[in-house]
Amino acid sequence: MQPPSFDHPHLLGIEPLRPHEITAILDLADDYVVLNRQTKKHSDALAGLTQINMFFENSTRTQASFELAGKRLGADVMNMAMQASSIKKGETLIDTAMTLNAMHPDLLVVRHPHSGAVDLLAQKVNCAVLNAGDGRHEHPTQALLDALTIRRTKGRLHRLNIAICGDIAHSRVARSNLILLGKMENRIRLIGPPTLVPQQFSEFGAEIYDDMREGLKGVDVVMMLRLQKERMDGGFIPSEREYFYRYGLDAEKLALAKPDAIVMHPGPMNRGVEIDGTIADDIKRSVIQEQVEMGVAVRMAAMDLLARNLRTARTGGA
Amino acid sequence: MMPPITILFHNARLIDPEAGTDEIGSLLIRDGRILARSEVGPDVGPESGGSHDALLRAHALSPSDVEMIDCAGKCLAPGIVDIGVKVCEPGERHKESYKSAGLAAAAGGVTTIVTRPDTTPTIDSPETLEFVTRRAQADAPVNVLPMAALTKAREGREMTEIGFLMDAGAVAFTDCDHVIRDTKVFSRALTYARSCGALVMAHPQEPILSGGAAATSGKFAALRGLPAVSPMAERMGLDRDIALLEMTGARYHADQITTARALPALERAKNNGLDITAGTSIHHLTLNELDVADYRTFFKVKPPLRSEDDRLAVIEAVRVGLIDVISSMHTPQDEESKRLPFEEAAAGAVALETLLPAAMRLYHAGLLDLPTLFRAMALNPARRLGLASGRLAVGAPADLVLFDPDVPVVMDRFQLQSKSKNTPFDTQRMQGRVLATYVAGQTVYRRDA
Repeated sequence: MQPPSFDHPHLLGIEPLRPHEITAILDLADDYVVLNRQTKKHSDALAGLTQINMFFENSTRTQASFELAGKRLGADVMNMAMQASSIKKGETLIDTAMTLNAMHPDLLVVRHPHSGAVDLLAQKVNCAVLNAGDGRHEHPTQALLDALTIRRTKGRLHRLNIAICGDIAHSRVARSNLILLGKMENRIRLIGPPTLVPQQFSEFGAEIYDDMREGLKGVDVVMMLRLQKERMDGGFIPSEREYFYRYGLDAEKLALAKPDAIVMHPGPMNRGVEIDGTIADDIKRSVIQEQVEMGVAVRMAAMDLLARNLRTARTGGA
Repeated sequence: MMPPITILFHNARLIDPEAGTDEIGSLLIRDGRILARSEVGPDVGPESGGSHDALLRAHALSPSDVEMIDCAGKCLAPGIVDIGVKVCEPGERHKESYKSAGLAAAAGGVTTIVTRPDTTPTIDSPETLEFVTRRAQADAPVNVLPMAALTKAREGREMTEIGFLMDAGAVAFTDCDHVIRDTKVFSRALTYARSCGALVMAHPQEPILSGGAAATSGKFAALRGLPAVSPMAERMGLDRDIALLEMTGARYHADQITTARALPALERAKNNGLDITAGTSIHHLTLNELDVADYRTFFKVKPPLRSEDDRLAVIEAVRVGLIDVISSMHTPQDEESKRLPFEEAAAGAVALETLLPAAMRLYHAGLLDLPTLFRAMALNPARRLGLASGRLAVGAPADLVLFDPDVPVVMDRFQLQSKSKNTPFDTQRMQGRVLATYVAGQTVYRRDA
């Protein structure tokens, strides 16, 4: 037996992971990319296990990705749209956890609008919990799929210059990526208007730029973030058009990056706000479609590893 | 008729915040007041008991007339006067009643609780204040002094009947953590309060900047993704209030100063002769933002826990007397209000019973000595409210706490007398334990050996 390369009961964030554990997830995800490209895309890794997707916040893409990942691994997958159900009736998160325990799920995928809510739930349930995004805190599978995309296109996941651009302050994607890419020893630049980039992030070793042109010089990877509609009007930035002019990724600004720099976006995109449509569609630069593909593979890998630990804990631990 | 109770505490380590002394001696109390005290000279060992015989002779008492309590070298200090205690009557008696708060106070060495008006409904009329006073007198073994709201329903629109409320026993006026946003309303309330000689307690905080915050902005809040407020919001709130004091000349107490940035403004205001005092909470003196760790909601207080630099600056401000008062900011919350995601969870912690052992952390860390701690926990709050207590002086009320500052304790929240168990010190190793508490010479708490 190999020593366990990933010995966590949950995937709540990137912060608790060690670099070799990140590599283990990505290695396994590479195998699942191969599986997913075959005609028969099925494995029995999660056969007999029940996966519940609980989304307390609207999401189509992430939920679909987790659902597909679970189904391809043979799990019984159930989706619960929580924003429509019990929380409206005043049920607390703990009550929800108790209700779920009675259903004996094995894998619980949770998205919640408040930072730390998924950690809280994980303390109260008897199954493996995957954080699908909690407030502004973490979105670990997004960071992992971004890492896999970078590793596959750049051939490595270290010593790269990576720019993360846009609404860093409200972004769990930015936080998880910042932590992951830092752990893997990359240089990270955060680019955006100071109202959307907390200056404390410089203490994590990131370099902060409010001039996008300056910040993009010589980078290998450009990660764009989605600008939430509710931030656009006057509160954090003066207007959409000024934002696009100063911080939108267009051909002129991208030309300052390395010639082979790739462009990433977690989706869904606001074309003409944070990214020019022609850049997003340029198959030579944009890896946005690959990110979606890698998302399914990474989620399969994460759930597979957690399920292995779950089985070990339930049989071997007794 | 009952004979007057006369007690001689001997072989006690007398903590005198007024004189700033910490010496072995004896204290004689009678009829609920301190009758006499004596110190053992440096060349007389405490075992000789020498001086207390002289004390008895001087008052024509023989040992048989007197209850003798051998303090075995433990500390005897003025009982704690705690400004800003939340008792949840009326409205949320399941969180804390006058009975449970009174027992908790007694067990914590707190002999006077100064209660907050942020109940449901708000204590903003003489009628609700009388209800509270009646409940307190019936159920609480310690002194209870109520504060009343400064504006009706703490809405910051219309001032309360400050004069009537003072006649009914209100010792200070505060809207608690509701900052009065309308500066015109606040300036009028301060002006009116001044004419009544009323003390106004406020929560210095820029309310819009701090809106929605659950943490202090900094590396920790950034990492945890919590909505955060700059520590500057406290200074901005204090700056505004100080300007209003210059305008109105009111008597003012800032409930909690918790940041280094606010301290120079406070110092200037004091030097300029404004009638201003300031407090801080025991949690801000003993915990910092990192204690929140994995979103532990028992560490959610208001204002949020600060950086270590702020904590140390505030301790220093207590040491030099710039910050006058240490409070427990006792805020009971039930399990349901705390078992929520951090942003949604209620703020506040129970602290009547943990105030003293937490303060002992500062003592054992060599940051504050015992007379300084009791100056901030007993003498200064009593003085600010015009009370005779908080001192070990002859003639002062015999409100006393006998405690062992050294004994190790592992805090167990389920052992607390408070109905609510939301203490951040649960399971923590602490030092210090109250052995007995006396209010006007009566034993209100005694720990069984």
